[in-house]
Amino acid sequence: MRHLLRTLLFSLMLLPTAAGAQTLLPGQAPQPVAEGLEIGTSTSEIAITSDFHGADLTIFGAVTNTDSLLLAIGQYDVVVVLEGPRDNATVRKKERVFGIWVNTHSMTFETVPHSYSMSSSRMLDDVTTPLDLTDRGIGIDHIPLTPMGFLGNASNVGEFRDAYRRLQERSGLYVRDPSGVRFVSSNLFKASLRLPANIPNGVHTVRAYLFKSGKFVTEKSAPLRVIKTGIEQTITDAAHEQPIIYGLFAVFLAVVTGWGASVVFRKE
Amino acid sequence: MGNATARRVVRKSGSAVTIYLPIAELSVNIFIILGMGAAVGFLSGMFGVGGGFLITPLLIFYNIPPVVAVATGANQVVASSISGALTHFRRGTLDVKLGSVLLAGGLAGATVGIWVFSLLRRLGQLDLIISLMYVLFLGTVGGLMLLESVNAMRRASKNIPAAPRRPGHHHWVHRLPLKMRFKKSKIFLSVIPIVALGFGIGILTSVMGVGGGFIMVPAMIYLLRIPTNVVVGTSLFQIIFVTAYTTVVQAATNFSVDIVLAFILMIAGVIGAQYGVRVGQKLRGEQLRALLGLLVLAVGLRLAVALVVTPSDIYSVVMGAN
Repeated sequence: MRHLLRTLLFSLMLLPTAAGAQTLLPGQAPQPVAEGLEIGTSTSEIAITSDFHGADLTIFGAVTNTDSLLLAIGQYDVVVVLEGPRDNATVRKKERVFGIWVNTHSMTFETVPHSYSMSSSRMLDDVTTPLDLTDRGIGIDHIPLTPMGFLGNASNVGEFRDAYRRLQERSGLYVRDPSGVRFVSSNLFKASLRLPANIPNGVHTVRAYLFKSGKFVTEKSAPLRVIKTGIEQTITDAAHEQPIIYGLFAVFLAVVTGWGASVVFRKE
Repeated sequence: MGNATARRVVRKSGSAVTIYLPIAELSVNIFIILGMGAAVGFLSGMFGVGGGFLITPLLIFYNIPPVVAVATGANQVVASSISGALTHFRRGTLDVKLGSVLLAGGLAGATVGIWVFSLLRRLGQLDLIISLMYVLFLGTVGGLMLLESVNAMRRASKNIPAAPRRPGHHHWVHRLPLKMRFKKSKIFLSVIPIVALGFGIGILTSVMGVGGGFIMVPAMIYLLRIPTNVVVGTSLFQIIFVTAYTTVVQAATNFSVDIVLAFILMIAGVIGAQYGVRVGQKLRGEQLRALLGLLVLAVGLRLAVALVVTPSDIYSVVMGAN
Protein backbone atom coordinates (compact mmCIF):
# COMPACT_ATOMS: atom_id res chain seq x y z
CA MET A 1 0.00 0.00 0.00
CA ARG A 2 2.75 2.40 1.00
CA HIS A 3 4.55 1.49 -2.19
CA LEU A 4 1.50 2.28 -4.26
CA LEU A 5 0.99 5.60 -2.53
CA ARG A 6 4.59 6.58 -3.16
CA THR A 7 4.23 5.67 -6.81
CA LEU A 8 1.12 7.75 -7.05
CA LEU A 9 2.82 10.73 -5.44
CA PHE A 10 5.79 10.49 -7.75
CA SER A 11 3.63 10.28 -10.84
CA LEU A 12 1.73 13.35 -9.73
CA MET A 13 4.98 15.22 -9.27
CA LEU A 14 6.20 14.16 -12.67
CA LEU A 15 3.05 15.10 -14.49
CA PRO A 16 3.83 18.80 -15.04
CA THR A 17 7.27 18.07 -16.52
CA ALA A 18 5.89 15.44 -18.85
CA ALA A 19 3.20 17.83 -20.01
CA GLY A 20 5.87 20.46 -20.55
CA ALA A 21 7.86 18.18 -22.77
CA GLN A 22 4.75 17.41 -24.76
CA THR A 23 4.07 21.05 -25.56
CA LEU A 24 7.65 21.54 -26.72
CA LEU A 25 7.61 18.70 -29.22
CA PRO A 26 5.29 20.11 -31.92
CA GLY A 27 7.55 23.13 -32.24
CA GLN A 28 10.62 21.02 -33.02
CA ALA A 29 9.15 18.51 -35.44
CA PRO A 30 5.92 17.85 -37.32
CA GLN A 31 3.31 15.94 -35.31
CA PRO A 32 4.47 12.30 -35.54
CA VAL A 33 2.01 9.53 -36.26
CA ALA A 34 1.76 7.25 -33.20
CA GLU A 35 3.61 3.98 -33.48
CA GLY A 36 1.59 0.82 -33.63
CA LEU A 37 2.38 -2.66 -32.36
CA GLU A 38 1.27 -5.96 -33.80
CA ILE A 39 1.95 -9.45 -32.48
CA GLY A 40 1.26 -12.75 -34.07
CA THR A 41 1.14 -16.10 -32.41
CA SER A 42 1.03 -18.95 -34.85
CA THR A 43 -1.61 -20.63 -32.72
CA SER A 44 -4.08 -19.69 -30.01
CA GLU A 45 -3.58 -23.03 -28.31
CA ILE A 46 -0.58 -25.09 -27.28
CA ALA A 47 -0.94 -28.71 -26.32
CA ILE A 48 1.82 -30.15 -24.19
CA THR A 49 2.31 -33.56 -22.73
CA SER A 50 2.51 -33.91 -18.98
CA ASP A 51 6.11 -35.08 -19.04
CA PHE A 52 6.97 -31.84 -20.81
CA HIS A 53 10.37 -30.57 -19.73
CA GLY A 54 9.94 -26.95 -20.76
CA ALA A 55 10.29 -25.33 -24.18
CA ASP A 56 10.61 -22.00 -25.92
CA LEU A 57 7.67 -20.24 -27.49
CA THR A 58 8.49 -17.84 -30.32
CA ILE A 59 6.32 -14.85 -30.95
CA PHE A 60 6.73 -12.53 -33.92
CA GLY A 61 5.67 -8.94 -33.94
CA ALA A 62 5.96 -5.75 -35.89
CA VAL A 63 6.30 -2.13 -34.91
CA THR A 64 4.54 0.16 -37.38
CA ASN A 65 4.95 3.87 -38.12
CA THR A 66 8.44 3.91 -36.68
CA ASP A 67 10.78 6.84 -36.85
CA SER A 68 13.66 5.44 -38.92
CA LEU A 69 16.26 7.62 -37.20
CA LEU A 70 15.19 6.52 -33.71
CA LEU A 71 15.00 2.92 -34.93
CA ALA A 72 18.54 3.11 -36.28
CA ILE A 73 19.98 4.24 -32.98
CA GLY A 74 18.03 1.64 -31.06
CA GLN A 75 15.55 3.87 -29.31
CA TYR A 76 12.71 1.37 -29.60
CA ASP A 77 12.36 -1.36 -27.02
CA VAL A 78 9.95 -4.22 -26.89
CA VAL A 79 8.97 -6.27 -23.84
CA VAL A 80 6.98 -9.47 -24.35
CA VAL A 81 5.35 -11.34 -21.48
CA LEU A 82 3.46 -14.61 -21.22
CA GLU A 83 1.26 -14.30 -18.18
CA GLY A 84 -0.32 -17.41 -16.68
CA PRO A 85 -3.82 -17.77 -15.28
CA ARG A 86 -4.41 -15.69 -12.17
CA ASP A 87 -5.02 -17.06 -8.73
CA ASN A 88 -4.48 -16.10 -5.11
CA ALA A 89 -1.09 -17.02 -3.69
CA THR A 90 -0.32 -17.57 -0.03
CA VAL A 91 3.22 -17.05 1.23
CA ARG A 92 4.04 -18.64 4.56
CA LYS A 93 6.97 -17.91 6.80
CA LYS A 94 8.48 -20.36 9.26
CA GLU A 95 9.88 -19.52 12.65
CA ARG A 96 11.54 -21.60 15.29
CA VAL A 97 9.08 -22.38 18.09
CA PHE A 98 10.51 -24.49 20.94
CA GLY A 99 13.24 -25.69 18.59
CA ILE A 100 10.84 -26.75 15.81
CA TRP A 101 10.26 -24.86 12.56
CA VAL A 102 6.61 -23.86 12.37
CA ASN A 103 4.67 -21.75 9.84
CA THR A 104 3.82 -18.75 11.96
CA HIS A 105 3.01 -15.93 9.54
CA SER A 106 1.27 -15.92 6.21
CA MET A 107 0.13 -13.42 3.64
CA THR A 108 -2.18 -13.97 0.68
CA PHE A 109 -1.68 -11.93 -2.47
CA GLU A 110 -4.76 -11.35 -4.61
CA THR A 111 -5.03 -12.67 -8.17
CA VAL A 112 -1.38 -12.94 -9.13
CA PRO A 113 -0.28 -14.72 -12.32
CA HIS A 114 0.56 -18.37 -11.71
CA SER A 115 3.43 -18.11 -14.17
CA TYR A 116 5.21 -15.16 -15.72
CA SER A 117 7.70 -15.49 -18.54
CA MET A 118 9.24 -12.27 -19.78
CA SER A 119 11.58 -11.37 -22.64
CA SER A 120 12.85 -7.95 -23.51
CA SER A 121 15.17 -6.31 -26.01
CA ARG A 122 17.29 -4.89 -23.18
CA MET A 123 17.62 -5.15 -19.43
CA LEU A 124 14.26 -3.99 -18.14
CA ASP A 125 15.87 -1.30 -15.98
CA ASP A 126 17.39 0.21 -19.12
CA VAL A 127 14.13 0.15 -21.06
CA THR A 128 12.32 2.62 -18.87
CA THR A 129 12.16 3.96 -15.34
CA PRO A 130 11.23 1.64 -12.46
CA LEU A 131 8.35 4.00 -11.83
CA ASP A 132 6.84 3.38 -15.22
CA LEU A 133 7.30 -0.37 -14.83
CA THR A 134 5.53 -0.31 -11.48
CA ASP A 135 2.72 1.79 -12.92
CA ARG A 136 2.02 -0.74 -15.62
CA GLY A 137 3.01 -3.80 -13.62
CA ILE A 138 5.65 -4.91 -16.11
CA GLY A 139 8.39 -7.27 -14.97
CA ILE A 140 8.79 -9.78 -12.17
CA ASP A 141 9.88 -7.07 -9.74
CA HIS A 142 6.92 -4.89 -10.61
CA ILE A 143 3.95 -7.28 -10.72
CA PRO A 144 1.39 -5.79 -8.36
CA LEU A 145 1.20 -7.90 -5.21
CA THR A 146 -1.77 -6.77 -3.15
CA PRO A 147 -2.15 -8.42 0.23
CA MET A 148 -5.62 -9.67 0.97
CA GLY A 149 -7.66 -8.66 3.97
CA PHE A 150 -6.75 -6.65 7.01
CA LEU A 151 -3.09 -6.11 7.68
CA GLY A 152 -2.21 -5.84 11.32
CA ASN A 153 1.37 -5.00 10.61
CA ALA A 154 2.04 -3.60 7.16
CA SER A 155 5.79 -3.36 7.67
CA ASN A 156 6.46 -6.95 6.59
CA VAL A 157 4.62 -6.71 3.24
CA GLY A 158 7.89 -6.01 1.46
CA GLU A 159 9.53 -9.05 2.98
CA PHE A 160 6.69 -11.34 1.84
CA ARG A 161 6.68 -9.78 -1.64
CA ASP A 162 10.41 -10.39 -2.01
CA ALA A 163 10.00 -13.97 -0.81
CA TYR A 164 7.17 -14.59 -3.28
CA ARG A 165 9.18 -13.28 -6.24
CA ARG A 166 12.30 -15.19 -5.21
CA LEU A 167 10.41 -18.49 -4.75
CA GLN A 168 8.55 -18.15 -8.04
CA GLU A 169 11.80 -17.43 -9.88
CA ARG A 170 13.55 -20.35 -8.22
CA SER A 171 10.77 -22.76 -9.13
CA GLY A 172 11.06 -21.63 -12.75
CA LEU A 173 7.50 -20.32 -12.95
CA TYR A 174 8.70 -16.74 -13.18
CA VAL A 175 11.47 -16.29 -15.77
CA ARG A 176 13.11 -13.33 -17.44
CA ASP A 177 15.33 -13.09 -20.46
CA PRO A 178 16.70 -9.58 -21.06
CA SER A 179 17.93 -10.56 -24.52
CA GLY A 180 14.97 -12.62 -25.65
CA VAL A 181 13.57 -10.01 -28.01
CA ARG A 182 15.58 -9.35 -31.18
CA PHE A 183 14.78 -7.16 -34.15
CA VAL A 184 15.08 -9.37 -37.23
CA SER A 185 14.48 -6.54 -39.68
CA SER A 186 13.99 -2.83 -39.30
CA ASN A 187 10.58 -3.17 -37.67
CA LEU A 188 10.01 -6.88 -37.29
CA PHE A 189 10.91 -8.48 -33.97
CA LYS A 190 11.11 -12.00 -32.65
CA ALA A 191 10.56 -12.85 -28.99
CA SER A 192 11.36 -16.18 -27.43
CA LEU A 193 9.58 -16.95 -24.21
CA ARG A 194 10.58 -19.75 -21.90
CA LEU A 195 7.71 -22.07 -21.03
CA PRO A 196 8.59 -23.65 -17.68
CA ALA A 197 8.24 -27.41 -17.18
CA ASN A 198 5.61 -26.86 -14.53
CA ILE A 199 3.56 -24.40 -16.63
CA PRO A 200 -0.04 -24.28 -15.40
CA ASN A 201 -2.97 -25.34 -17.52
CA GLY A 202 -5.39 -22.67 -18.63
CA VAL A 203 -5.73 -19.42 -20.51
CA HIS A 204 -2.48 -17.47 -20.58
CA THR A 205 -2.08 -13.97 -22.00
CA VAL A 206 0.67 -12.82 -24.31
CA ARG A 207 1.35 -9.14 -23.75
CA ALA A 208 3.73 -6.99 -25.76
CA TYR A 209 4.75 -3.48 -24.71
CA LEU A 210 6.46 -0.90 -26.91
CA PHE A 211 8.74 1.78 -25.50
CA LYS A 212 10.32 4.68 -27.37
CA SER A 213 13.28 6.47 -25.81
CA GLY A 214 12.33 5.14 -22.42
CA LYS A 215 8.66 6.12 -22.71
CA PHE A 216 5.74 3.73 -22.95
CA VAL A 217 3.97 3.98 -26.31
CA THR A 218 1.48 1.17 -26.65
CA GLU A 219 0.68 -2.41 -25.76
CA LYS A 220 -1.04 -5.35 -27.34
CA SER A 221 -2.30 -8.60 -25.91
CA ALA A 222 -3.57 -11.93 -27.16
CA PRO A 223 -4.89 -14.99 -25.32
CA LEU A 224 -3.07 -18.29 -25.50
CA ARG A 225 -4.57 -21.47 -24.15
CA VAL A 226 -2.21 -24.04 -22.67
CA ILE A 227 -3.67 -27.53 -22.69
CA LYS A 228 -1.93 -30.50 -21.18
CA THR A 229 -2.57 -33.79 -22.88
CA GLY A 230 -1.67 -37.41 -22.31
CA ILE A 231 -2.59 -40.12 -19.84
CA GLU A 232 -1.28 -38.17 -16.85
CA GLN A 233 -3.53 -35.22 -17.61
CA THR A 234 -6.50 -37.55 -18.08
CA ILE A 235 -5.81 -38.88 -14.58
CA THR A 236 -5.55 -35.37 -13.13
CA ASP A 237 -8.81 -34.37 -14.79
CA ALA A 238 -10.56 -37.48 -13.51
CA ALA A 239 -9.29 -36.82 -9.98
CA HIS A 240 -10.76 -33.32 -10.03
CA GLU A 241 -13.91 -33.82 -12.06
CA GLN A 242 -15.04 -37.26 -10.92
CA PRO A 243 -13.36 -37.50 -7.51
CA ILE A 244 -15.64 -40.15 -6.00
CA ILE A 245 -15.43 -42.48 -8.99
CA TYR A 246 -11.67 -41.87 -9.05
CA GLY A 247 -11.44 -42.77 -5.35
CA LEU A 248 -13.56 -45.89 -5.81
CA PHE A 249 -11.37 -46.93 -8.72
CA ALA A 250 -8.23 -46.46 -6.60
CA VAL A 251 -9.76 -48.78 -3.98
CA PHE A 252 -10.82 -51.27 -6.65
CA LEU A 253 -7.25 -51.31 -7.99
CA ALA A 254 -5.93 -51.98 -4.49
CA VAL A 255 -8.43 -54.81 -3.89
CA VAL A 256 -7.58 -56.46 -7.21
CA THR A 257 -3.83 -56.13 -6.61
CA GLY A 258 -4.01 -57.49 -3.06
CA TRP A 259 -6.41 -60.29 -3.90
CA GLY A 260 -4.55 -61.13 -7.12
CA ALA A 261 -1.26 -61.46 -5.28
CA SER A 262 -2.76 -63.82 -2.73
CA VAL A 263 -4.12 -66.02 -5.55
CA VAL A 264 -0.92 -66.00 -7.62
CA PHE A 265 1.40 -66.76 -4.74
CA ARG A 266 -0.83 -69.41 -3.15
CA LYS A 267 -0.52 -71.62 -6.23
CA GLU A 268 3.26 -71.63 -6.17
CA MET B 1 6.04 -26.70 -2.88
CA GLY B 2 9.28 -24.79 -3.24
CA ASN B 3 11.33 -27.80 -2.39
CA ALA B 4 9.47 -30.20 -4.64
CA THR B 5 9.59 -27.99 -7.68
CA ALA B 6 13.26 -27.25 -7.17
CA ARG B 7 13.91 -30.95 -7.15
CA ARG B 8 11.98 -31.43 -10.35
CA VAL B 9 14.05 -28.85 -12.15
CA VAL B 10 17.14 -30.87 -11.28
CA ARG B 11 15.54 -34.04 -12.61
CA LYS B 12 14.15 -32.58 -15.78
CA SER B 13 16.98 -33.95 -17.84
CA GLY B 14 15.54 -37.35 -16.89
CA SER B 15 15.21 -40.34 -19.15
CA ALA B 16 12.98 -43.37 -19.50
CA VAL B 17 13.30 -44.29 -15.83
CA THR B 18 11.41 -41.22 -14.69
CA ILE B 19 7.66 -41.26 -14.37
CA TYR B 20 5.39 -38.31 -13.86
CA LEU B 21 3.05 -38.49 -10.88
CA PRO B 22 -0.05 -36.53 -11.92
CA ILE B 23 -1.37 -35.67 -8.46
CA ALA B 24 1.95 -35.16 -6.68
CA GLU B 25 2.89 -33.09 -9.76
CA LEU B 26 6.47 -34.21 -9.98
CA SER B 27 8.62 -36.62 -11.89
CA VAL B 28 10.24 -39.43 -9.94
CA ASN B 29 12.56 -42.29 -10.66
CA ILE B 30 10.32 -45.34 -11.06
CA PHE B 31 12.97 -47.71 -9.66
CA ILE B 32 13.20 -45.75 -6.43
CA ILE B 33 9.42 -45.97 -5.96
CA LEU B 34 9.42 -49.68 -6.87
CA GLY B 35 12.31 -50.25 -4.46
CA MET B 36 10.52 -48.40 -1.68
CA GLY B 37 7.35 -50.41 -2.24
CA ALA B 38 9.24 -53.70 -2.36
CA ALA B 39 11.33 -52.93 0.72
CA VAL B 40 8.33 -51.90 2.78
CA GLY B 41 6.36 -54.86 1.42
CA PHE B 42 9.21 -57.18 2.41
CA LEU B 43 9.34 -55.71 5.93
CA SER B 44 5.57 -55.83 6.30
CA GLY B 45 5.53 -59.48 5.26
CA MET B 46 8.43 -60.27 7.58
CA PHE B 47 6.96 -58.54 10.63
CA GLY B 48 3.27 -59.00 9.84
CA VAL B 49 2.50 -55.28 9.78
CA GLY B 50 0.67 -53.19 7.17
CA GLY B 51 3.59 -50.95 6.34
CA GLY B 52 1.65 -47.69 6.05
CA PHE B 53 3.65 -46.17 8.90
CA LEU B 54 6.85 -46.78 6.89
CA ILE B 55 5.66 -45.93 3.39
CA THR B 56 4.23 -42.50 4.23
CA PRO B 57 7.44 -41.13 5.86
CA LEU B 58 9.58 -42.62 3.06
CA LEU B 59 7.46 -40.82 0.47
CA ILE B 60 7.84 -37.59 2.43
CA PHE B 61 11.63 -38.09 2.52
CA TYR B 62 11.47 -38.44 -1.27
CA ASN B 63 9.86 -34.99 -1.56
CA ILE B 64 6.33 -36.22 -2.23
CA PRO B 65 4.03 -33.58 -0.70
CA PRO B 66 2.79 -34.92 2.70
CA VAL B 67 -0.84 -34.36 1.62
CA VAL B 68 -0.34 -36.80 -1.25
CA ALA B 69 1.86 -39.19 0.76
CA VAL B 70 -0.83 -39.64 3.43
CA ALA B 71 -3.77 -40.16 1.07
CA THR B 72 -1.78 -42.47 -1.22
CA GLY B 73 -0.41 -44.38 1.78
CA ALA B 74 -3.97 -45.18 2.88
CA ASN B 75 -4.74 -46.50 -0.60
CA GLN B 76 -1.64 -48.69 -0.59
CA VAL B 77 -2.58 -50.19 2.82
CA VAL B 78 -5.84 -51.49 1.30
CA ALA B 79 -3.82 -53.66 -1.09
CA SER B 80 -1.27 -54.82 1.48
CA SER B 81 -3.93 -55.80 4.04
CA ILE B 82 -6.33 -57.65 1.80
CA SER B 83 -4.42 -60.88 1.24
CA GLY B 84 -3.75 -61.18 4.97
CA ALA B 85 -7.40 -60.64 5.80
CA LEU B 86 -8.46 -63.27 3.24
CA THR B 87 -6.10 -65.81 4.80
CA HIS B 88 -7.48 -65.13 8.29
CA PHE B 89 -11.05 -65.31 7.02
CA ARG B 90 -10.42 -68.74 5.48
CA ARG B 91 -8.77 -69.97 8.67
CA GLY B 92 -11.66 -68.69 10.73
CA THR B 93 -9.46 -66.36 12.76
CA LEU B 94 -11.50 -63.26 11.93
CA ASP B 95 -14.33 -62.12 14.19
CA VAL B 96 -16.68 -60.26 11.83
CA LYS B 97 -18.99 -59.07 14.62
CA LEU B 98 -16.12 -57.63 16.66
CA GLY B 99 -14.59 -56.21 13.48
CA SER B 100 -17.86 -54.48 12.59
CA VAL B 101 -18.06 -52.75 15.97
CA LEU B 102 -14.44 -51.61 15.53
CA LEU B 103 -15.29 -50.50 12.00
CA ALA B 104 -18.24 -48.37 13.15
CA GLY B 105 -15.85 -46.43 15.38
CA GLY B 106 -13.24 -46.39 12.62
CA LEU B 107 -15.51 -44.82 10.01
CA ALA B 108 -16.60 -42.12 12.45
CA GLY B 109 -12.96 -41.47 13.39
CA ALA B 110 -11.85 -41.29 9.76
CA THR B 111 -14.61 -38.78 9.00
CA VAL B 112 -13.49 -36.55 11.88
CA GLY B 113 -9.87 -37.10 10.83
CA ILE B 114 -10.46 -35.94 7.25
CA TRP B 115 -12.18 -32.84 8.55
CA VAL B 116 -9.20 -32.10 10.81
CA PHE B 117 -6.85 -32.85 7.89
CA SER B 118 -8.58 -30.33 5.59
CA LEU B 119 -8.65 -27.72 8.36
CA LEU B 120 -4.93 -28.12 9.08
CA ARG B 121 -4.21 -27.91 5.38
CA ARG B 122 -6.04 -24.59 5.14
CA LEU B 123 -4.14 -23.28 8.15
CA GLY B 124 -0.80 -24.33 6.64
CA GLN B 125 0.00 -26.58 9.59
CA LEU B 126 -0.69 -29.97 8.00
CA ASP B 127 2.91 -30.93 7.19
CA LEU B 128 4.02 -30.04 10.70
CA ILE B 129 1.23 -31.99 12.44
CA ILE B 130 1.83 -35.07 10.25
CA SER B 131 5.54 -35.03 11.11
CA LEU B 132 4.90 -34.43 14.80
CA MET B 133 2.39 -37.28 14.99
CA TYR B 134 4.82 -39.61 13.24
CA VAL B 135 7.65 -38.64 15.57
CA LEU B 136 5.41 -39.19 18.58
CA PHE B 137 3.95 -42.54 17.49
CA LEU B 138 7.06 -44.00 15.88
CA GLY B 139 9.19 -42.91 18.84
CA THR B 140 6.84 -44.43 21.41
CA VAL B 141 6.04 -47.65 19.57
CA GLY B 142 9.63 -48.19 18.39
CA GLY B 143 10.99 -47.54 21.87
CA LEU B 144 8.53 -49.89 23.57
CA MET B 145 9.14 -52.64 21.00
CA LEU B 146 12.88 -52.40 21.40
CA LEU B 147 12.64 -52.40 25.20
CA GLU B 148 10.27 -55.35 25.28
CA SER B 149 12.29 -57.45 22.84
CA VAL B 150 15.59 -56.72 24.57
CA ASN B 151 14.03 -57.80 27.88
CA ALA B 152 12.69 -60.95 26.24
CA MET B 153 16.11 -61.77 24.79
CA ARG B 154 17.76 -61.21 28.17
CA ARG B 155 15.21 -63.48 29.87
CA ALA B 156 15.73 -66.15 27.22
CA SER B 157 19.51 -66.10 27.67
CA LYS B 158 19.12 -66.43 31.47
CA ASN B 159 16.38 -69.05 31.11
CA ILE B 160 13.86 -67.08 33.17
CA PRO B 161 10.29 -67.82 32.08
CA ALA B 162 8.11 -64.85 31.18
CA ALA B 163 5.78 -63.79 33.99
CA PRO B 164 2.47 -65.55 33.35
CA ARG B 165 -0.59 -63.35 33.05
CA ARG B 166 -2.89 -63.72 36.04
CA PRO B 167 -6.06 -65.32 34.65
CA GLY B 168 -8.71 -63.94 37.01
CA HIS B 169 -7.43 -60.39 36.88
CA HIS B 170 -10.20 -57.90 36.11
CA HIS B 171 -9.41 -54.81 34.22
CA TRP B 172 -11.35 -51.50 34.41
CA VAL B 173 -12.33 -52.06 30.78
CA HIS B 174 -14.38 -55.07 31.83
CA ARG B 175 -16.53 -53.03 34.23
CA LEU B 176 -17.97 -50.77 31.49
CA PRO B 177 -21.68 -51.05 30.50
CA LEU B 178 -23.26 -51.93 27.11
CA LYS B 179 -21.74 -55.39 27.02
CA MET B 180 -22.00 -57.56 23.95
CA ARG B 181 -21.14 -61.20 23.38
CA PHE B 182 -18.62 -62.00 20.67
CA LYS B 183 -18.90 -65.73 20.01
CA LYS B 184 -15.92 -66.21 17.76
CA SER B 185 -13.59 -64.37 20.15
CA LYS B 186 -15.26 -66.06 23.13
CA ILE B 187 -15.51 -62.80 25.06
CA PHE B 188 -18.24 -60.72 26.66
CA LEU B 189 -17.18 -57.11 26.40
CA SER B 190 -18.55 -53.55 26.49
CA VAL B 191 -18.78 -51.94 23.06
CA ILE B 192 -17.57 -48.57 24.43
CA PRO B 193 -13.83 -49.32 24.48
CA ILE B 194 -14.06 -51.15 21.12
CA VAL B 195 -15.77 -48.22 19.37
CA ALA B 196 -13.37 -45.79 21.06
CA LEU B 197 -10.35 -47.78 19.89
CA GLY B 198 -11.77 -47.93 16.34
CA PHE B 199 -12.43 -44.20 16.43
CA GLY B 200 -8.87 -43.37 17.48
CA ILE B 201 -7.41 -45.63 14.80
CA GLY B 202 -9.77 -44.06 12.22
CA ILE B 203 -8.34 -40.62 13.00
CA LEU B 204 -4.79 -41.96 12.62
CA THR B 205 -5.71 -43.55 9.28
CA SER B 206 -6.94 -40.32 7.77
CA VAL B 207 -4.33 -37.98 9.25
CA MET B 208 -1.26 -40.24 8.98
CA GLY B 209 -2.16 -42.58 6.12
CA VAL B 210 -1.59 -45.72 8.19
CA GLY B 211 -3.71 -48.79 8.83
CA GLY B 212 -2.96 -48.45 12.51
CA GLY B 213 -2.35 -52.14 13.17
CA PHE B 214 0.82 -51.37 15.07
CA ILE B 215 -1.30 -49.66 17.74
CA MET B 216 -4.57 -51.58 17.37
CA VAL B 217 -3.05 -55.05 17.81
CA PRO B 218 -1.29 -54.33 21.13
CA ALA B 219 -4.34 -52.37 22.35
CA MET B 220 -6.66 -55.32 21.58
CA ILE B 221 -4.37 -57.77 23.31
CA TYR B 222 -3.34 -55.82 26.39
CA LEU B 223 -6.28 -53.44 26.95
CA LEU B 224 -9.30 -55.36 25.68
CA ARG B 225 -7.85 -58.83 26.46
CA ILE B 226 -9.11 -60.22 23.17
CA PRO B 227 -7.69 -63.72 22.42
CA THR B 228 -4.51 -63.38 20.35
CA ASN B 229 -5.62 -65.78 17.60
CA VAL B 230 -8.41 -63.49 16.32
CA VAL B 231 -6.66 -60.17 16.92
CA VAL B 232 -4.64 -59.86 13.70
CA GLY B 233 -7.42 -61.03 11.35
CA THR B 234 -10.02 -58.81 13.02
CA SER B 235 -7.78 -55.75 12.98
CA LEU B 236 -7.07 -56.33 9.27
CA PHE B 237 -10.83 -56.46 8.65
CA GLN B 238 -11.22 -53.02 10.25
CA ILE B 239 -8.12 -51.65 8.47
CA ILE B 240 -9.30 -52.62 4.97
CA PHE B 241 -12.64 -50.88 5.27
CA VAL B 242 -11.34 -47.78 7.05
CA THR B 243 -8.43 -47.28 4.63
CA ALA B 244 -10.75 -47.84 1.63
CA TYR B 245 -13.20 -45.31 3.05
CA THR B 246 -10.35 -42.86 3.75
CA THR B 247 -9.05 -43.25 0.18
CA VAL B 248 -12.44 -42.36 -1.31
CA VAL B 249 -13.04 -39.43 1.04
CA GLN B 250 -9.48 -38.07 0.57
CA ALA B 251 -9.96 -38.28 -3.20
CA ALA B 252 -13.28 -36.43 -2.91
CA THR B 253 -12.21 -33.67 -0.54
CA ASN B 254 -8.49 -33.09 -1.00
CA PHE B 255 -7.93 -34.58 -4.51
CA SER B 256 -4.73 -36.00 -3.09
CA VAL B 257 -4.76 -39.72 -3.96
CA ASP B 258 -2.08 -40.33 -6.59
CA ILE B 259 -3.25 -43.46 -8.34
CA VAL B 260 -0.02 -43.86 -10.35
CA LEU B 261 2.13 -43.69 -7.24
CA ALA B 262 -0.25 -45.95 -5.30
CA PHE B 263 -0.29 -48.57 -8.05
CA ILE B 264 3.51 -48.79 -8.32
CA LEU B 265 3.76 -49.11 -4.54
CA MET B 266 1.04 -51.77 -4.39
CA ILE B 267 2.54 -53.99 -7.07
CA ALA B 268 6.02 -53.83 -5.56
CA GLY B 269 4.58 -54.14 -2.05
CA VAL B 270 2.53 -57.30 -2.51
CA ILE B 271 5.44 -59.05 -4.23
CA GLY B 272 7.94 -57.92 -1.59
CA ALA B 273 5.60 -59.12 1.14
CA GLN B 274 5.66 -62.71 -0.16
CA TYR B 275 9.42 -62.89 0.25
CA GLY B 276 9.26 -61.09 3.58
CA VAL B 277 6.95 -63.75 4.99
CA ARG B 278 9.44 -66.51 4.05
CA VAL B 279 12.37 -64.74 5.69
CA GLY B 280 10.25 -63.86 8.71
CA GLN B 281 9.48 -67.51 9.40
CA LYS B 282 13.20 -68.28 9.76
CA LEU B 283 13.96 -65.59 12.32
CA ARG B 284 13.19 -65.63 16.03
CA GLY B 285 10.36 -63.45 17.35
CA GLU B 286 12.41 -61.33 19.78
CA GLN B 287 15.08 -60.62 17.18
CA LEU B 288 12.42 -59.63 14.67
CA ARG B 289 10.76 -57.27 17.11
CA ALA B 290 14.08 -55.72 18.10
CA LEU B 291 14.91 -55.12 14.43
CA LEU B 292 11.50 -53.62 13.71
CA GLY B 293 11.79 -51.46 16.82
CA LEU B 294 15.15 -50.12 15.62
CA LEU B 295 13.77 -49.42 12.16
CA VAL B 296 10.72 -47.62 13.52
CA LEU B 297 12.93 -45.53 15.80
CA ALA B 298 15.25 -44.63 12.90
CA VAL B 299 12.36 -43.40 10.73
CA GLY B 300 10.98 -41.37 13.64
CA LEU B 301 14.39 -39.88 14.33
CA ARG B 302 14.86 -38.89 10.70
CA LEU B 303 11.52 -37.03 10.79
CA ALA B 304 12.42 -35.39 14.08
CA VAL B 305 15.71 -34.13 12.63
CA ALA B 306 13.85 -32.62 9.65
CA LEU B 307 11.66 -30.65 12.06
CA VAL B 308 14.62 -29.17 13.91
CA VAL B 309 17.14 -28.52 11.14
CA THR B 310 16.98 -25.00 9.69
CA PRO B 311 15.07 -25.24 6.38
CA SER B 312 16.76 -24.11 3.17
CA ASP B 313 14.09 -21.46 2.83
CA ILE B 314 11.85 -20.31 5.65
CA TYR B 315 9.25 -19.12 3.15
CA SER B 316 6.93 -21.22 1.03
CA VAL B 317 4.26 -20.44 -1.56
CA VAL B 318 0.91 -22.14 -2.10
CA MET B 319 -1.18 -21.17 -5.11
CA GLY B 320 -4.94 -21.07 -4.96
CA ALA B 321 -5.27 -21.26 -1.18
CA ASN B 322 -7.90 -19.18 0.63
